[in-house]
Amino acid sequence: MNIPENLYYTKEHEWVRVENGKAFVGITNYAQDQLGDITYVELPEKDKVVQVEDDLGVVESVKAASDVYAPVSGVVDSVNEELEDSPEIINRSPYKDGWICSLKDFDSAELENLMSAVDYKNFIM
Amino acid sequence: METPLYSVHVDLNAKIAPFGDWDMPIQYSGIIAEHLHTRKFAGVFDICHMGEFRVKGHDALSDLEKLNSADLAGLKTGRCKYGFLLNENGGVIDDFITYKLADDEFMLVVNSATTAGDYDWIKSHLSPTTIIEDISEQTGKIDLQGPMAYDILNKIIEDDLAQLKYFAFINTSIDNCRVILSRTGYTGELGYEIYCSADDARKLWGIFLESEKALPAGLGARDTLRLEAGLPLYGHELGASRTPIAAGLSFAVNTKKEFIGKNAVMKDIETGCSDKLAGLKLDGRQSCRQGQEILLKDKVIGKITSGSFAPSLGFSIAFAYIKTEFTDEGTKMEINTGRKMLPAEVCSTPFYKKGTAKIPLC
Repeated sequence: MNIPENLYYTKEHEWVRVENGKAFVGITNYAQDQLGDITYVELPEKDKVVQVEDDLGVVESVKAASDVYAPVSGVVDSVNEELEDSPEIINRSPYKDGWICSLKDFDSAELENLMSAVDYKNFIM
Repeated sequence: METPLYSVHVDLNAKIAPFGDWDMPIQYSGIIAEHLHTRKFAGVFDICHMGEFRVKGHDALSDLEKLNSADLAGLKTGRCKYGFLLNENGGVIDDFITYKLADDEFMLVVNSATTAGDYDWIKSHLSPTTIIEDISEQTGKIDLQGPMAYDILNKIIEDDLAQLKYFAFINTSIDNCRVILSRTGYTGELGYEIYCSADDARKLWGIFLESEKALPAGLGARDTLRLEAGLPLYGHELGASRTPIAAGLSFAVNTKKEFIGKNAVMKDIETGCSDKLAGLKLDGRQSCRQGQEILLKDKVIGKITSGSFAPSLGFSIAFAYIKTEFTDEGTKMEINTGRKMLPAEVCSTPFYKKGTAKIPLC
């Protein structure tokens, strides 16, 4: 089961990695497996201000579409433009190369509301 | 319901989902991988869920001529033909293929969801001496599709497969299993549909997959392949409320004979259809889905019947019924996905133009 220890997780199957004061966001291995081959990613606009659970983007697969929600409040800092032409990177590497965007000025207190790897594993079982 | 190959799909870790009454493999390694592999090498598809009927009798041909929009009089033994069962209003009950086994015997291959309804409809229109037998349960069907399908099959059967023309079939054996094998398919690629005894399906599946060029492919890839090839799907492009003329399929309608639904068909031909099936090319990877409305200058001009990302093209495509005056190639419009308005443009079909389905083999 592919659920890295050092990440935070949401009930909507997003993960968060805190790095250099930014919150990097993507979707979990479970999510990419459920979706199947990803064909399109709608990235958020840079500098967009989001509250927790606001729309952060969309991930589309051949057979389905799934909204991505902000796991914490913050401001969109960078977006992974590689996903525009190669959305399948998320299938191949959901936690590393398949990051969707990063948030700056995020509310770190909100991290406490997210699940640990152990909690997420129990959640999806 | 499960096909005779169900446990094979489970062993291959296929994603299995309900398809009507059937639990079918949607994908094995991934829809896009299976799609691309079929276009380059060969895909093996479990299609046992489709229905087959045997119709026999000295009046079988004339009975079927009345039921089938397509010309059967010119159909030779060893050939098959695509056509429609139409209701009295010219609407499509099903699209299906008729195989002429002998002057008085035919095999009909119908969609899985419509098998029971088709059987009742056909049976209620037969002469007293014509018999229809539903052989679906005892018949397995495996599709072998892709440019390498010929090489793979030719090594396995004794007949000279190069002589088998498009929409022709032979009765033959593969490893002592009796089969009907036609050069037909639903992918736009060179390929074959193999009908066998349900008991032999597992054995034949294994034989086809012995070739390292063959990969199992599921219903997900089947749908992306057929859409790229511009092939209609019952319940999407075809249904009871429109004639095949509106779908641009008049090649499978013979107006020189009498058949159920002819009056409505002739009306569509003579006065034209108010809306027509058209192919749409979208502006990027983002896709649209069945049921979404199409707008031009804020007016609804049509509705999507099928939409998907096209793996062999790199952008999304769709079929839609659109008001006829807006169906010229190049006409631009917008699709309302509910979240966004997606730009689209009418294009010619097939969308994928490099399909090998009809290539000469000799």
